[in-house]
Amino acid sequence: MKHLTIASKAVALLFSAALLVACSGSDTKEEDEAAAAAAAAAAASASAAQAAQAAQGAAVSAEMAAIEEAAASAGTVFYFEYDSANLTPEALDALNANIALLQRNTTNIRLEGHTDERGTREYNLALGEGRANSVRDYMVASGISGSRIETISFGEERPIAYGTGEANWSENRRVELKSQ
Amino acid sequence: MKRLLMALALVLSAASAAAQLTIEISQGADNPAAIAVVPFAWQGAGVAPEEIASIVDRDLARSGQFAPIARADMLGNPTTEAEVFYRDWRSLSAEYLLIGRVSADTGLLRIDYELFDVVRQTKVLTNSESGPISDARMLAHRVADAVYEKLTGVPGAFATKLLYISVNRVPGANDHSRLTMSDSDGARSVVLLDTHEPLLTPTWSPDGKNIAYVSFETGRPAIYRQEIATGRREQLTNFPGLNSSPAWSPDGKTMAMVLSKDGNADIYLMDLATQKLTQLTRHYAIDTEPAWMPDGRSLLFTSDRGGKPQIYRYDLSSGKTDRVTYEGTYNARARVSQDGRSVVMVHQTAGRFHIAVLDLVTNRLQILTSTDLDESPSIAPNGSMVLYATKDQNRSILAAVAVDGEAKFMLPASKGDVREPAWSPYLPR
Repeated sequence: MKHLTIASKAVALLFSAALLVACSGSDTKEEDEAAAAAAAAAAASASAAQAAQAAQGAAVSAEMAAIEEAAASAGTVFYFEYDSANLTPEALDALNANIALLQRNTTNIRLEGHTDERGTREYNLALGEGRANSVRDYMVASGISGSRIETISFGEERPIAYGTGEANWSENRRVELKSQ
Repeated sequence: MKRLLMALALVLSAASAAAQLTIEISQGADNPAAIAVVPFAWQGAGVAPEEIASIVDRDLARSGQFAPIARADMLGNPTTEAEVFYRDWRSLSAEYLLIGRVSADTGLLRIDYELFDVVRQTKVLTNSESGPISDARMLAHRVADAVYEKLTGVPGAFATKLLYISVNRVPGANDHSRLTMSDSDGARSVVLLDTHEPLLTPTWSPDGKNIAYVSFETGRPAIYRQEIATGRREQLTNFPGLNSSPAWSPDGKTMAMVLSKDGNADIYLMDLATQKLTQLTRHYAIDTEPAWMPDGRSLLFTSDRGGKPQIYRYDLSSGKTDRVTYEGTYNARARVSQDGRSVVMVHQTAGRFHIAVLDLVTNRLQILTSTDLDESPSIAPNGSMVLYATKDQNRSILAAVAVDGEAKFMLPASKGDVREPAWSPYLPR
């Protein structure tokens, strides 16, 4: 919405400039005509600027909508392989979509690392932190300020799927991105 | 950093909230000794506070090393030496006989008992225990400890306590976690901390008077120390990142812990008097789960610096680290027996997680359990049994196995999940 606000402010400024010219006390008819011509020119250029602004605004907003849509469809959960904190190609795709959005806003985020139930709880706490750190490091390398990112690990303590077996475990090996 | 919190935690009373553990013996030792534990005579007024003999009987049975004789089969109920007829017990193939008397006076309970060797027809132990009536169950466990030691040569560990986390799932909300303490047989459970945030790694101070654990109650992990008798507790750490895996040194003065404030999970020591930190390991891999050797000179820990989690040892005087485990694709969370010889750990083989014991002298690794997803092994102070958590029909339960792999029993909770058992050291009288 920011671009629309700027465009309407520009129009308002030009409009008041034309009014000022029109109302300034004039001594002669020539001066009046010149002032009227100037006002007309100003008005014309104002409407041209307005159109350009609007066109640009429409392009920006379309691009933004596409980024928002891509991020929404990618989701905010990034999945991992067993006992690994490496970003998979799928996780990178989802992450890139979210980074594109984060590059255009100023939201602070929290990355929550999780693991499946296999292995020991304390090791998993560290593994979950490694996963959150992998996501954070990739974001920072992509130009997102580290000061916007908080990380925490819950290890295996906060499963999404409570059952046993790979179908459940793969759901639980994740980093969740949460806006703050 | 000044410690943040000195709070009086509510010591909630037992009963309603605590998930009571039950005991199911699944396997005894190969040649358990037959012992007859005759009901003790109650010589006090009114009703006996506890059935002492049956507590002793069940303790001995749980060890797997004794096979108590059923009361229904007993030909008599002697309570004094004069009433003992060896032939009655020989005919039942009893090897040992325990009789006793219980009396109470001004709030004090007294147990007098005698142990007989039926085969040799001799009295082998005359002893007594006394203490507050409210401690009747603990006195009974002490009788079992003395009998066990007399007959096996190893001190008993029945008069000890367990810590564990009991968890109830709350649909659509965070799990409800309770740090619980019970007797070694699961009785008299008391909730020490009640939270809807994760709780991990309950651990005992070497004198058994304090505990430490990791709680997320502030929204982030932090290590807390709590005095059992008063419930007074203190938040020991509040660093960015991990604050976890507390482990008291054998002298009680230092706590090993895992912090990630300097990058990723590394092992640190905190001097508990000054709260000064010393960083032990510096590695980009995960270093976690410190466990002290009983001599306090080195620590075992888990690290994936070789690619997969394995157990390593850090020597405090030389600062050197050497690898301890080689067998298996995943070895983690070591706990060491009091004699420093046996290391119990989580061991993965063929994709399954079992509890294994490594003999540090022979380097022989023995897998103790046949269940899967076994975790959190904790060794009894006498080194006889290993308590651990496992899965049974999608529920977390506690189970125990003898260090020789023979005797096994399970301790499921009456409701919900139970996990992360921590067996206390020997407790002061």
